[in-house]
Amino acid sequence: MPLDPVTQVSGRAVFIPGADIDTDRIIPARFMKCVTFDGLGAFAFYDARFDEAGNPTAHPLNDPRFTGASILLAGVNFGCGSSREHAPQSLKKYGFQGIIAESFAEIFFGNSTTLAMPCVMASAADVEQLRMAIEKDPATTVTIDVISLTASTSGGLNCPVTMPDSAREALVSGRWDPIQELLENAAAIDTKARELHYV
Amino acid sequence: MGKNLFQKVWDAHTVGHLADGRTQLFIGTHLIHEVTSPQAFGMLRDLGLKVKFPQRTFATVDHMVPTIDPENPQDPLAVEMMQVLRDNVDDFGITYFDLASGKQGIVHVVGPEQGITQPGTTIACGDSHTATHGAFGAIAFGIGTTQVRDVLASQTLALEELKVRRIEVNGRLRPGVYAKDVILHIIRLLGANGGIGFGYEYAGEVFDRMSMEERMTVCNMSIEGGARCGYVNPDANTVAYLTGRPYVDMSDFNATAARWLSFASDPDAHYDDRVRINAADIEPTVTWGISPDQGIAISQTIPDPANAATPLEKASIEEALAYMKLGAGTPIQGVKIDVAFIGSCTNGRISDFREVAKYIRGHHVAAGVRAIVVPGSQIVAIQCEQEGLPDIFRQAGFEWRSAGCSMCLAMNPDKLDGDELCASSSNRNFKGRQGSPTGRTVLMSPVMVAAAAINGHISDARELFHLENPPSEV
Repeated sequence: MPLDPVTQVSGRAVFIPGADIDTDRIIPARFMKCVTFDGLGAFAFYDARFDEAGNPTAHPLNDPRFTGASILLAGVNFGCGSSREHAPQSLKKYGFQGIIAESFAEIFFGNSTTLAMPCVMASAADVEQLRMAIEKDPATTVTIDVISLTASTSGGLNCPVTMPDSAREALVSGRWDPIQELLENAAAIDTKARELHYV
Repeated sequence: MGKNLFQKVWDAHTVGHLADGRTQLFIGTHLIHEVTSPQAFGMLRDLGLKVKFPQRTFATVDHMVPTIDPENPQDPLAVEMMQVLRDNVDDFGITYFDLASGKQGIVHVVGPEQGITQPGTTIACGDSHTATHGAFGAIAFGIGTTQVRDVLASQTLALEELKVRRIEVNGRLRPGVYAKDVILHIIRLLGANGGIGFGYEYAGEVFDRMSMEERMTVCNMSIEGGARCGYVNPDANTVAYLTGRPYVDMSDFNATAARWLSFASDPDAHYDDRVRINAADIEPTVTWGISPDQGIAISQTIPDPANAATPLEKASIEEALAYMKLGAGTPIQGVKIDVAFIGSCTNGRISDFREVAKYIRGHHVAAGVRAIVVPGSQIVAIQCEQEGLPDIFRQAGFEWRSAGCSMCLAMNPDKLDGDELCASSSNRNFKGRQGSPTGRTVLMSPVMVAAAAINGHISDARELFHLENPPSEV
């Protein structure tokens, strides 16, 4: 049963500065006390967005110019740290459709792909160009094209981006959630289980 | 050309390849806990699926367990999540090391302790510190919750193969330098993102000499260096540690041990990258920032953004110093602490507590410092009791608690308050990691935490405890 292919995501963008944005930052652990992922969107970047008294900070997500942004722009090693799927879940539920960063931590990357949220890598110079474009005109639309592997803006900027072939293929062919394919190989799984002495 | 351990284990567990090119990898051992599994069971039920090999998943409760009166959490969300885990393991027939079992603890302490963690196996868990199990020559890594569903339903995962970087540390560690310092040093050298795309093979004389518990400390923090997994090749130490453990089949043990050892990297194995480090260059290492690669030797001063090589580095240092409220170019020694934490899946094993207990007699935690000690499992706690360790800690002014993850990630009542600064034997110094959005964490070895607790400020344990002789055989 093929899922919807993810070939392109598009929307206004917001830049979140800093290297090594970890998943504790994206979703603090206290918000993981839940048995479903529902409602996590409200807590994305919570401790960066609000001070201890609950007042909004100067975080980009609180900047009215970037309200409603659905493309996240970031630096190196985005999503490092904990394996918590709560992190990409919270970003997706917050409204993000895709992420452009200089690099991603692997577990976060895999979790995001499985949620049909493309994560593509761009050079530092291109991330900076995209940042300047949205800073200059926050109404700029940024499009991540998973087929052509480009990030383009409504202002005419066009940057090459990369992602592993397997993730790209999984997204564009509607196989981003691999469960059906994994289950279809039941016979091979059983054979492998018999081969392995410890199983 | 020969194969490295990663390639051998990967090949032995490959079921096939998916249409997108990823490997379908058989996961021999699956570990679950209360925080990242409930949604996975929910997805399983939504899809009408069963657990394919219930005997290959093992559960325990660790993240949310209170370390005072663990059976009676006051947090209704903790009660709910622990109950949901109970319901799920009952519904699907999964082995559960619960609080009443006497075997509960941090999932990465329990697996090795029970002998569930074995060489040449694949191990996954919805927890990034699953890399710990690589100490046994397993390929072990953290996964997301949807992947927990995949393992429950199919015992397999869709994965991209990793490259392998061999990190050799040769020579002898200097007195007062521990496994924790070795991994903090490696992360500092290679960066928090240096391991992206790699598994780390830790090799050389230092790892060869390490005990299994020390190897676990090292492998545990692979993910802090960006490597999804890290391992040490299995050897006689590995076999000796596992001998007689509950889940080790002793019926044909010589053959089992030979099979385990056969997974070790071949002498002519291929590596995608190699790094060589001289053991004598490693000092007791502490972090000063908000990423585990922001570390320095205890004798050094905190970096000055004015000396940064790039604008990005300058911005990172400035952000870290502003959060940590530390001064550029000032010594890290002497920074006042409020809290000391010894425990976690990095440093919550019997050898960690024995080592600290050797030095704290006759000392006392400084006034105004809250110092808590949390064994990694109920079995570790019992061992400590049998050796009289809790009394040694209590007499020195430490609080002795029950087993769990505790203040490593503060999902239970053990939290920092406000901008308290914690000397911590855990693995992450991220902003807000220890439960307060402004709380500050300085990572270090357990003995260094004890020294900081006693002096009330970050200190060189070698001076306070006169660590003239090597603390271990490493």
